[in-house]
Amino acid sequence: MDELFYREYILEHYRSPHNYGHLENPDISVEDDNPLCGDRIRVDLKVEDGRIADVRFEGKGCAISQASASMLTDAVKGMKLEDMLRLGKDEIMENLGAETLAAARIKCATLGLKVLKAAAMRALERAVEAEGQRP
Amino acid sequence: MIAGTPHTTDEKAERVRADFPLLATRTSKGKPLVYLDSAATSQKPRSVIDTVSSYYERYNANIHRGVYEIAERATEAYEAARKRVAAFFNAASTDEIVFTRNATESINLVCYTWGFENLHAGDAILLTRLEHHSNIVPWQLLAAKTGAELRFLELDGQGRVVLDDLERKLQGVKLVALTHVSNTLGTIVPLEQIVPAAHAAGAVVLADGAQAAPHLRVDVRALDVDFYAASGHKMLAPTGIGALFGKRALLEAMPPFLAGGDMIRRVTFERTTYNELPWKFEAGTSNISGAIGLGAAVDYLQTLDMTWVREHEVALTSYALERLAAVPHLTLYGPKQAQERGGVAAFTMGDVHPHDLASILDAEGVCVRAGHHCTMPLHELLGLTATARASFYVYNTFADVDALIEALEKAARIFKL
Ligand SMILES: Cc1ncc(COP(=O)(O)O)c(C=O)c1O
Repeated sequence: MDELFYREYILEHYRSPHNYGHLENPDISVEDDNPLCGDRIRVDLKVEDGRIADVRFEGKGCAISQASASMLTDAVKGMKLEDMLRLGKDEIMENLGAETLAAARIKCATLGLKVLKAAAMRALERAVEAEGQRP
Repeated sequence: MIAGTPHTTDEKAERVRADFPLLATRTSKGKPLVYLDSAATSQKPRSVIDTVSSYYERYNANIHRGVYEIAERATEAYEAARKRVAAFFNAASTDEIVFTRNATESINLVCYTWGFENLHAGDAILLTRLEHHSNIVPWQLLAAKTGAELRFLELDGQGRVVLDDLERKLQGVKLVALTHVSNTLGTIVPLEQIVPAAHAAGAVVLADGAQAAPHLRVDVRALDVDFYAASGHKMLAPTGIGALFGKRALLEAMPPFLAGGDMIRRVTFERTTYNELPWKFEAGTSNISGAIGLGAAVDYLQTLDMTWVREHEVALTSYALERLAAVPHLTLYGPKQAQERGGVAAFTMGDVHPHDLASILDAEGVCVRAGHHCTMPLHELLGLTATARASFYVYNTFADVDALIEALEKAARIFKL
């Protein structure tokens, strides 16, 4: 892989991640890990009108996974859940400003997205359940 | 030793390197390959590659059954390889060497045959805190099924096994299963002290030699171990071939492991009598080319001379430890003295995650492993989730260590440590 990947802003996000920590009363909280690296990420979401009203993450692991999660939380704030679910590897790589990444490290880059998507899925499920319970 | 001054063993290592075709290749970025991951798997010398292809090109046939010429030749080569492996480990007889797929299978063979036959509720199994998952998980399964208890020998600050309470820990122990050399910290476990104590306590000893067999002169009779497990692929042989040494009396009393062809003497629809040792434990068509390749690998190692192999490893490791210790922000784990360890150096550097470190090193052509190296419990004990690990073998030189250090310095610059 290109060592240029570790650009200054990646290191900044790694060392001073944005949206880091917990939300007071999150609607959804999801955690997952990448057993290869031991990377771990937990995401708290606040959802309003099908949009991500607020987001926090916490985690540990390599610079790729943590910086990627940090940048992603910036990007998805205010986004509709459905739109977020459409994000994929290409958008993550674009977000990171990386053209190539060794195959083994792509899982690191996409861990944050995986956790966010799981949280969004759960939020949508809950919305459907709530709908069903309405008289 | 002054940095950059090659030890006398290094000249031979330069020549050895030329026997390994892969080491002459370059990365996609045109960098020379600095292979420092032999603890994961070793590279293969030309003689092993040629021996394997010669089997496929000249006498590929199944063994122990054909009466025609090439089948006989294949059988002879397979059994000659067993003889070489038996000699390499100084086993009393070829009957005591069972071909397996790898060290993991060797350990599982003992677990599922000897273990399930001999362990009961209330018995204990003694391990060390150094163990690879392959020498923990089978025993956890056995303990869960039988009600036996798992115990561990603790480590000191340098990752050496603490023996002060050995006798107390051995009480009620039926099996001691321990690594000979740690794949993470490099620690050489003093089998010569542990085995007699274990025997005095009435325990059987299995040593996991995956990291020792490639590097040390292993004499199973002098060590007096009851079982010894090894993987071919870490000692210059192909993948998919391993060996289990077992003392004859134990192997004879054990039930078979896998059942099928080749391990039988006579089968009726009702019952079966089993083949003699060692074939009783080799069900189905074996990895014939792998075994023949393993024979060529131990031949090659013996030509190099295991005394030189170890001497070079100590020289290289002490040079590496010295240079690594001088890298700012770098923390080394394991015994401080090269004499007390195999050719393995695990480390972390500042807040650079080992996977990022390995990626940056990879861009420089330097191959190291990052992660938990299948020793998650040991990493947890050290308060770590991952380390980077450089490991050395016969073809590594002082220049490889220099390349590692340079790449680490580059990583430190990129991460602005
Ligand atoms: C100490 C130790 N034991 C066991 C193993 C397992 O070897 P294999 O995967 O070849 O069975 C390894 C390999 O990494 C090892 O280092």
